[in-house]
Amino acid sequence: MAKPYIGAPIKRREDIRFITGKGTYADDIKLPGMLHAAILRSPRAHARIRSIDTAQARAIPGVVWIFTLKDIGEMAVPVPMRMYKVPGLERYLQPLLARDKVRYMGEPVAVVVAESRYLAEDALDAIEVEYEDLPEVLELRAAMRNEVLVHEENGTNLAAVHEISIGDAARAFEKADYVRREEFRVHRHTGNPMETRGLVANFDVGKRELTAYGMTKLLHYNRQVIASFLKLPEHNLHFIENDIGGGFGIRGELYPEDFLIPFASMRLGRPVKWIEDRREHLMAANHSREVTCELEIAAKKDGTLLALRARIYGNMGAYVRTHGGLVPCSTAALLPGPYRIPNYQCKVHCVITNKTGMGTYRAPGRYESCFFRERMLDMMAADLEIDPVDLRRKNLIQPEEMPYEIGLTRPGTNPTVLDSGNYPSALNRALKEFDYDKLRPLQGRFENGRYHGIGLAYFVKNTGGLEPYEGARVVLRDGPSVTVYLSINVLGQGHETAMAQICADALGVPMDWISVFHGNTDLVPFGWGTFASRGTVMGGSALHLAAQGLKKKILTIAGDHLGAGPAELDLQEGKIYRKGTEAPALDLGKLVALVRHSTMHNQGQPELEETAYFNSNKMTHSYGVHLAHVAVDPETGMVEILKYMVVEDVGRCINPLLVHGQAVGAAVQGIGGTLLEELVYGENGQLLTTTFRDYVLPSSTDVPAIESVVLEEVPSPLNPLGVKGAGEGGMVGTGAALANAVSYALSSLGVEIKELPLSPDKVRALIRRRSAEQAR
Amino acid sequence: MKPAPFEYFAPQAIDEALKLLQKYGEEAKVLAGGQSLMPLLSLRLARPAVIIDINRLRDLAFIRSEPDGGLRIGALARQRAVERSGQVATQCPLIAAAMPLIGHFQIRNRGTIGGSLAHADPAAELPAVSLTLEAEFVVRSTRGERAIAAKDFFLGYMTTAIEPSELLTEIRIPATRPRVGWAIEEVARRRGDFAMVGVVTLVELNGNDTCQNSRIVVFGAGEKPERVARAERLLCGKRTDEHALAEVAKAVTEDLDPVSDVHASAEYRKEVGGVLTRRALQNAFKRAQKETA
Ligand SMILES: Cc1cc2nc3c(=O)[nH]c(=O)nc-3n(C[C@H](O)[C@H](O)[C@H](O)COP(=O)(O)OP(=O)(O)OC[C@H]3O[C@@H](n4cnc5c(N)ncnc54)[C@H](O)[C@@H]3O)c2cc1C
Repeated sequence: MAKPYIGAPIKRREDIRFITGKGTYADDIKLPGMLHAAILRSPRAHARIRSIDTAQARAIPGVVWIFTLKDIGEMAVPVPMRMYKVPGLERYLQPLLARDKVRYMGEPVAVVVAESRYLAEDALDAIEVEYEDLPEVLELRAAMRNEVLVHEENGTNLAAVHEISIGDAARAFEKADYVRREEFRVHRHTGNPMETRGLVANFDVGKRELTAYGMTKLLHYNRQVIASFLKLPEHNLHFIENDIGGGFGIRGELYPEDFLIPFASMRLGRPVKWIEDRREHLMAANHSREVTCELEIAAKKDGTLLALRARIYGNMGAYVRTHGGLVPCSTAALLPGPYRIPNYQCKVHCVITNKTGMGTYRAPGRYESCFFRERMLDMMAADLEIDPVDLRRKNLIQPEEMPYEIGLTRPGTNPTVLDSGNYPSALNRALKEFDYDKLRPLQGRFENGRYHGIGLAYFVKNTGGLEPYEGARVVLRDGPSVTVYLSINVLGQGHETAMAQICADALGVPMDWISVFHGNTDLVPFGWGTFASRGTVMGGSALHLAAQGLKKKILTIAGDHLGAGPAELDLQEGKIYRKGTEAPALDLGKLVALVRHSTMHNQGQPELEETAYFNSNKMTHSYGVHLAHVAVDPETGMVEILKYMVVEDVGRCINPLLVHGQAVGAAVQGIGGTLLEELVYGENGQLLTTTFRDYVLPSSTDVPAIESVVLEEVPSPLNPLGVKGAGEGGMVGTGAALANAVSYALSSLGVEIKELPLSPDKVRALIRRRSAEQAR
Repeated sequence: MKPAPFEYFAPQAIDEALKLLQKYGEEAKVLAGGQSLMPLLSLRLARPAVIIDINRLRDLAFIRSEPDGGLRIGALARQRAVERSGQVATQCPLIAAAMPLIGHFQIRNRGTIGGSLAHADPAAELPAVSLTLEAEFVVRSTRGERAIAAKDFFLGYMTTAIEPSELLTEIRIPATRPRVGWAIEEVARRRGDFAMVGVVTLVELNGNDTCQNSRIVVFGAGEKPERVARAERLLCGKRTDEHALAEVAKAVTEDLDPVSDVHASAEYRKEVGGVLTRRALQNAFKRAQKETA
């Protein structure tokens, strides 16, 4: 038996082209006659539009067309919701361009199309819009008072409510020995892929076909929506992904621009390019994470958890975007985490404000809920004088309880079921790898002017499922060579490598025969995309099935030729063997030739290919532990991370290099979100963080070397590969682990972290407040 | 993020540059390393009609030591060149110590000494350092040359005494006196960022290690870098003991009147300005004590 490719640390094939600058991104697409678009965005948070005067701008030589919502006319549709369509949200969808009113700074008002981006931006300057300012509302509580209505016609800023009720929380709270109530908040921040959004749309007037480059993440779904908007048959649209400089949930969702640019190309009959700049990205692409949680916990004296009761408020911004109520709802969905909590009650509120719309950002809702829960557990451990590790150990769901049904936590779907896992074992392994016992004496210690703290967080993250299926097509060609076509997308995850490994093992060919193609709606007719850590779970499983199907076909043909039953044969490293013999009986190259050149084989059909779809509406759950050791300078509030570790069980690891890369990248991103990044609004609803001088991302000098331990203790029973998603685990626990570590560090000062980010200013403010209280 | 239209000149000689400045005045902007100007152009926060690119004026890229121990640095000297200069390290180690705090080396490869000083970002290191060192700024126009003392050079938020028709050509740093110790301390969100607040100090000790002269400059906490006169006076005649330094730090905290922004509140800047003063003075005293008279 040849050594399997799955599990081998094979370097990413795509890296050569990325690191030598040979990738092709949206902005690299240059078509003859191509025009450039720029979007006029509202500088106001909330205002009525009195008039828009484009006359001066149109007169600039090289400006081809300027359009507003009126010019789209009857075709104008709002950007539809794709998921988490909690009833009520549908009243708050975003028009393609502002209609009468602008509701957040950055809202698209008009589109300029010109011979160059420079000219297009000159024209933006020359458009005159007369606004009548309205009072704005930015914060949850103010919005809930409905004194300022963002959408007057709806009469309320509370767009929707979703309720969860499992067991009898009220009774549990009555009987409990211990209860505590706290309010936690995660701040607004979002994903910043190195490549901002952007696309090139090219309408072929003769054939009435539209090709769009730079579309990503959900090619098939997006194509369907845009086809219906443009009133073209779906198959007349070709959506092509190109290389992508990162997605993180942000890129590839439908935004107004995804309608406006194809629309402009169709009207003008010329290719149109739009590349989002960073300022636009920070104010117009989905924001995320801003969720407040009033959390109550009930337990017995000995620390046995009895119930959780929560009110969750999502600051949805001015419009409900494609993800609907996902962020606050999925915060609620996994709030109980990996623990046995029989009673859980939660009310989720989706609140509209004059900020940018909310969408997903890597580990949406899970980062937030992990912070809420794991902070609360540490507070409870301190109150009950129980060791925080013991408290968790006591309440973790045991392996023999798997699969474990939490109950109905998501709107209108199946109950949340933790598919498999050995939670206590991962905890033990994490403590050992981190050398927790050795570091623990440092807890709270003051050394060389800094307080030390060690914090941990347990997370569980649903992966896969979500949308019902993915497809893959595998073709054996001359050479011999194998081509794989995927319905999923690739936003930098390394699928060209991992999928080749999966195919090589399932088919029985050398990996270097295999080429992987993806990101084009013409390759595989149906599909969804890469998000929620589902790429390998869904797409990998589809490919596994397709490759197995093709192998069966090959063995049947070989059997016909060799006079043997397919069961007597095997395919290994590209050669067909009679089972139990050493010498190959038939070479695949020969088999391809036989099929191509005679009508005797494969019933005269020259092709050797197989398409398969993997269907599953069930979710796999990866899980693990984050551990952080920090030192905090109490005088400056600066937090330094001395050691950080992510331990994650992914069921089965296709390629450890890739999984480590995901864990490290995600952890760095999570650390950035926890310590540095924040989208800050100021006076008059102005977004103040519109460049990287103000919105600060972590760089290599700001994070320690992240240690990542990948476990494969419990494969998922939900797919043929046994895999669970690996893209987000490194992110989920960062807020929680760091907040716990900083809280331990500053425990002698009485500081308890309940809000993120842990910026020096905020840490200092907490210390200042506590010392003022103590002085009183 | 594309600049508004502008006319571009790349003079080959200083006189040519000065003539252009004379001609275009307020309408023109000088382009040196571009590390601050280019983002402003791209964001259309600056819309000069004319750009005068001085990168070809190699004569302005010098670093020279004077016989009296002073230092002269040409406006076009790259920050990285100053950082790596042996002359700077021996003759003015404070400047050498401040350089690595400016952005990242890629930025310092392009960024110039003159650009940083002319730009006068209130959170930038070099303006504060030059104020501490009582440096002198040489500016030139078609009408001639004049020298401006540091205390008269920084006028306000990103404003200096350079006239629209003038080019900053060099800065002159006086020789370091014996028994002088220095230190620079700052806090920034990330390594290489502009400081949320920072402090530069200089102390001159007499024979029995008491301070006879000091400078305390706070940056990133106001419109421009500022000396804290009351704190400097308090320090006079003091030795380095906890109590004395705490008192000086307190004076700094009290006298600062900073703004709040997305990175830090005014309160933070006041408090931490004091903390950094204490830390900087400790280091400055230590250095001065090592110096022999
Ligand atoms: C990511 C990043 C981080 C940074 N971090 C820091 C930091 O931590 N600390 C810090 O101090 N700086 C920082 N900077 C700024 C950097 O130091 C710049 O190089 C410097 O501020 C400007 O120098 P420059 O040569 O690039 O000037 P330019 O950008 O070319 O010009 C800046 C201004 O000075 C004027 N000017 C330039 N030269 C002259 C002259 N000879 N005479 C008259 N006017 C002139 C220009 O007209 C312009 O108004 C950072 C920059 C970046 C991009």
